[in-house]
Formats: sequence, structure tokens, C-alpha cells
Amino acid sequence: MNGQFFADLAPALPEMLLAGGALLMVLVGAIGGDRSSGLINVLAAILLLAAGAALVTASPETKVLFNGAFTWDAYARFLKVLVIGGALIALIMSFDYLRHEKLQRFEYAILVVLSTTGMLIMISASDLIALYLGFELQSLALYVIAAIHRDNLRSTEAGLKYFVLGALSSGMLLYGCSLIYGYAGTISFAGIAQSVQAGNAPTGLIFGLVFLFAGLAFKVSAVPFHMWTPDVYEGAPTPVTAFFAAAPKVAAMSVFVRVAIDAFPNILDQWRQIIVFISIASMMLGAFAAIGQSNIKRLLAYSSIGNVGYILVGLSAGTSNGVQSVLIYLTVYVIMTLGCFAVVLCMRTKDGRLVENVDDLAGLARTQPLMGFVMAMMMFSLAGIPPLAGFFAKFYVFLAAIEAQLYWLAVIGVVTSVVGAFYYLRIVKIIYFDEATIEFQRMPFELKAIIALTGAFVLFYFIFPAPMVAVAGAAANSLF
Amino acid sequence: MNALLADYLPLAIFIGVALVIGLALLIAPFLVAYRSPDAEKLSAYECGFNAFDDARMKFDVRFYLVAILFIIFDLEVAFLFPWAVAFRDVGDLGFWSMMLFLGVLTIGFVYEWKKGALEWD
Amino acid sequence: MTLASAFFYLFAGIAVASAFMVIAAKNPVHSVLYLILAFFNAAGLFLLLGAEFLAMILVVVYVGAVAVLFLFVVMMLDVDFAELREGFLQYLPIGGLVGIIVLVELVLVVGSWAVAPSAPQAIAERTPTDITNAEALGRVLYTDYLLFFQLSGLILLVAMIGAIVLTLRHKEGVKRQNIAAQVARTKAAGLSLHDVKPGQGL
Repeated sequence: MNGQFFADLAPALPEMLLAGGALLMVLVGAIGGDRSSGLINVLAAILLLAAGAALVTASPETKVLFNGAFTWDAYARFLKVLVIGGALIALIMSFDYLRHEKLQRFEYAILVVLSTTGMLIMISASDLIALYLGFELQSLALYVIAAIHRDNLRSTEAGLKYFVLGALSSGMLLYGCSLIYGYAGTISFAGIAQSVQAGNAPTGLIFGLVFLFAGLAFKVSAVPFHMWTPDVYEGAPTPVTAFFAAAPKVAAMSVFVRVAIDAFPNILDQWRQIIVFISIASMMLGAFAAIGQSNIKRLLAYSSIGNVGYILVGLSAGTSNGVQSVLIYLTVYVIMTLGCFAVVLCMRTKDGRLVENVDDLAGLARTQPLMGFVMAMMMFSLAGIPPLAGFFAKFYVFLAAIEAQLYWLAVIGVVTSVVGAFYYLRIVKIIYFDEATIEFQRMPFELKAIIALTGAFVLFYFIFPAPMVAVAGAAANSLF
Repeated sequence: MNALLADYLPLAIFIGVALVIGLALLIAPFLVAYRSPDAEKLSAYECGFNAFDDARMKFDVRFYLVAILFIIFDLEVAFLFPWAVAFRDVGDLGFWSMMLFLGVLTIGFVYEWKKGALEWD
Repeated sequence: MTLASAFFYLFAGIAVASAFMVIAAKNPVHSVLYLILAFFNAAGLFLLLGAEFLAMILVVVYVGAVAVLFLFVVMMLDVDFAELREGFLQYLPIGGLVGIIVLVELVLVVGSWAVAPSAPQAIAERTPTDITNAEALGRVLYTDYLLFFQLSGLILLVAMIGAIVLTLRHKEGVKRQNIAAQVARTKAAGLSLHDVKPGQGL
């Protein structure tokens, strides 16, 4: 153990920063009690910012650490920046909410940081054990923050549901991992790719793959493993829901892509069937089930299920372009989601209640023009209307599918996005043409800033699409 | 394989003897005891009243907290055994990695102490 | 049939039977007790494989701690068994279907038992024969698998924080011992002398 040892660990600096900082915050909180929650919230934000800075400045050269358990490459960097950004913005969004609901418990920020650490590990994981441990670190913290409002029946219900179904999915994941290990004889993705050749993949290994993908589909909430999503999204405190929708989904999707591309490149035809199926099912359910929803958080839950379907279209291409489109879609999705949830968090009536019905948005364009306009833009973007960012995201994904000759998959995607546009446009209609019934409080400064920034991104993405496309392309290429 | 089994032979014999004694004590009364049951004899007797409700009652959630904290430290100790056995081979890195592990859990311990999770009320 | 395989069938048979009883037993406390029996037999199977350390840890951690936790939870919940069984028949067809599919898959897996040809070479750590199990684990766990070891430490920390966040409540109005205040108590703080005049009192 010497200087060289620590120098070799440099690519894992963001993880170490977050873990070490979380430990420090636990100590500060233990000594200061809940009075120090304000300080710890700020500390957590600074920590995430520092980890993000460490990521952005690090060179994207591929490195493998910890005996092949941890891979650092441009792909990991891209997604880690995205996850940390999502976590940071979701954390900032929660400050005002926690003040209002008298939920000032210092553990909240610590658990957000620890689960973000788990997500970073997941993104870099290049063997099955690191993958599982990252997942558990992430999920355990998420179960707790879903139920952090422990005197609220819906919040505890959300936490319990998430925990039970999450544990079930972890079980399936582990069962799949053990089958894969049993038939391939190794846990490292590279080793699995070597021992699994196209013609002679053992049936047992394919079953392992199926279980592994089922577990992963649970985590990204793809149909038919989506049942927990609407209830958890609705029940959990709104900023926690924003965090769920932004960060863990990106991390789980990145694991999905890395496992499929790194560990099973030779049996693409086998896993493509699974991905295509869950992708179509997710797109359809996302489009049809959201139509009847009256609660905006439930509606966004179904919308996220649909979006997962579109992202999986990119993965099913199995090409570098496919992965690139996944990365672009994920980025746009995170920004749109955070914008929508920032608006939902601003739906606080004059007497301090937070309302979350779609109808409560009526006439928003007149009472709160900025909020109404951005929400309408988010809806247009989610519906995929050009020239907003959401259109380009869908465009790249479908393009990748067509290049991989999955024509009918792209056609189904286009059809479901037309169906989905119906309920997105209904919200726009409510915002612009219905009579206002409720007047909302003034927006807190940080939420206003987030709404403005995300709105600007969605609106003006088409002017400078090239830098992100280039970065995502480089990141995707580092996987192949 | 057989050497391994031979190592555990005393244990197997012990379990066998325990089983035999336990079963013998269970079965013997059935065979030799004098029985003449009737409904009154077999009914639950609670100071002359019929039983009010189920004997099962809710446990306090604090038992759960104690149990889960126990599991965590139980696991921590489980990690110490192989470390202690291989202590001469693991070198500086192994030593400090265990110290880091213990440090993380000690911070958790400070947290639970300060939170008052170790107090009953 | 050698002695080893006789023991294998004994342990495996009891493990499967008691695992079945875990889900079939009417009383959840009995389920937990059957679970403990299953753990013991799994430990026996580990022993037959030569994984003595894992066998003992299974007994210490699962039987000693996890099963106790399960018992607490089962007793804490105070489940109404009649109500619990109400939906059973309703969900039997779909549950049975899933079960049968998984069973068919398992049979297929066992039926097509074929390990990838390169798998034996890919095994990272062979079981050493000249040292004990615990030592073999110890030699790699803290150095080669450093990341996994530290991550499990963090997971335990999260479990600790989570359990406290979700369940710890302090009763109002309980007088607690404050050891620091007790120790810091001085003669001046605890004792005051008053010169009492005769016939007046304090």
C-alpha cells in the first residue's frame, strides 16, 4: 500500500468522496441532532457538486479497478454526471418541501447521498457482485426515504410496497446471477462474454439472463414489472418521487445497457427478444393507462413507464448508435422529469396545502404564466412535438431501431407516442383554456430557477444539439 | 470427503443421541401414561373464566429495532473471523481495509448511541 | 451409496420438506420454526461441500439472528390468519401458473445441464486444499475483494440508519439518566448550606 495504490484508485474518487462525506454527515447529525438538518442539507449539496466536479474534470480514459469489479470509461462518466446532476437538483427541490411539511430530519440528505453512491457503483460495476452490492446500497436507502414521512399512511405504504417488490426483484436478480455464474464459471462481464459464444449458449445461462433482466426490468419499472411504480410515485413525498424518477432510473438503465452489451454481446438475438417485448409492453401501457389518471404524480408515473419503453427501443438495437440514443434520451428524460416535478412542487395553495390533481392546474397560464408555460412546454416535449428536446430524443431512438432493421418496433413506438400525446395535450388544454379554480402561492426561488432552466433546455435544445450528441457518441463508443 | 465427515462424526452422534432422547421422552408418555380425557379437563382454565382472547399479543416495535441492530453487529463480527485467521497473510492493505470497515460501523454506532436507540424508553 | 451421499439426501430431503412447510404451515410462528430447520439443513449441505466457514456463519447469523428477527416481526404483526387466507383461492390459479412455469424452467435447466466449455478455466479462485476455509476466505476478501467488503460495510450502515429512522420513537415525558450531567455534578451544585435561625425554619 503506497502512493501508487492511491493513485490507481483515482477514478473511484467521486464514490469515495460521497461515501466519506456521508460518514462525516452522519457524525455531524449524530452530535447536532435534527437542528443540524439545514447544515447537512447544504453539506450534501456541496458534496454532490464536488463529486460532479471531480467527474467532469477526470479524463475519460478507460481504466479497470478492484480486480475487474469497477470500470471507469466515458460511458460511466456520462451517466455518473447525469445521476449526480439529477440527485443534486432533486435534493435542492426538496428543501422547501421539507420546511413546509416539518420533515426536517437530517437523515434524509444522508440517505440521498448514500443511495447516489450506490448508483455510481452500479454504473461502473463490471462484475455481478459489484452490480448487486451497488443495487442494494441504492435500494435500501431508497426504501427508507420513500417512507421518510412515517406518520403519513400513504408514505409508509409506498415505502412498504417498494420494499417488498424491490426485495422480490433483488431475489430474481440474484437467482439470475447465480445461474449465470454457474454456467459461465465467472462473475466478470468480460469473462462471461468470453465463455458465452453465439452457438453454444447453455439453456441454463439463458434462464439466468431472463431472471437477471426481469430483476433489472423491475428496477427500471418496465412492463410487466411496473406495478409498484404508480403507487410508490403517488405515495412517496413529492421531492422523493422526483428523485426516484430522475436518478435511480438512470442508474438502473445504465446497468441494463452495460450488462447487455458487455456481458452478452454474442447472444444479442436472445436478449433482444426480451427487450423488444418489454419495450413494446411499456410503451403501450404508458400510453393507454395514463389516459384515465387524475393525479398528476400517478400520471407522471405512467409517463415514466412509457419513457422507459422508448429508452429500451434504443437498447434493443444493440449498436453503438442505439446506446448513444439511449444516453441522449436519458438526459432529456431526466431534465423533463425534473421540470415537471418542480412544477408539481409549486402547486401549493394559499393555505399551504400541496395539491396534486391534474384539474388543479386549470388556468395556470393566467395565474402563474411562467409555471404554466414551462409545464405546457414539458408536456409538448414529452409528447414528442418538434422542435422541443423530447422530439429529438425519440427521433434518435427510432433512428437507431430502424438502422438495426427493427422497423415494426419503430412503427409501434411512433403509434404509441401519438396515443400518448393525447393525455399530454389534455394537460396543456387544462392549463391554457380552463377556468382557474385555485390560486397558488408564490414559487420559492430555487424551484423557479429549476423550472426556468429546464424549460430553457427543452425549448432551445434544437439550437445546439451537436455537443451532447458528440459526448453521448463518445460515451457509447467506449462500450464497444 | 470422508476425512471431513469423520471430523464431524461426534457432532452427528451427538445430534442422533439428542434426537433419540427427545423422541423417547415424547413418545413414552403416550405409551405408558394413564389417560382419561373429558371436555372439562381439556378446556382452557383461566381463574374460572373462559379465555378472553388469543394468547398472542402485539410485540413492541422496539424489539425489532434491537434485533436488527444485533444482526448488523453480528455480521460485523462474522467478517472479523476470516480476517483474524488470515491476519498474517493480508498485509497492510488487509489491516487497513478492516479498520475502515470497523470505522464505518463505529460511526453508525455513535449515531445510534446519540439517537438514543440503545435506550429502552 | 456412500456415506456422504446418504447425508446429502438426508439434508436435502429435510431442507425441501421444511421449506415446503414454511409456506404450508397455518401458524406463522411454525413457519419460522420450519425456516430454522431449513437453515440447519442448508448448513449441513454447506458442510458436505467442504464450506465449513459458511456453514457455521449460516447457523450463527441466520439461525441466531435473522430467525429471531423474523419471530419478532411475526409476533409484532399480529396477523389475522383467517383474513390472510381469504384471497388464497382467488389468486391460486395465477400463482399456480407462475409456479408451474418456473418449475418447467427449472426442469429444463437441469435437463440441459451443460457448462460452457471454457468455464472451468475461468474460475477465478480455486478452493485451496491445504488451508482452512476461513483462512482461504480471509486471504482474498480484504485485499482482492476490497470493494465488495467496503460496500457491505456501507450497506450495513444504511440498514442501521434506516431501521432507526423508521422505527425509533421516544416517549414524551420519560426521565432519562444523563450521565454527563451526573458526573459533572459538583458539591456546589448539589449541596447548599443554610443557617437556620431557631424557631423560623426555611
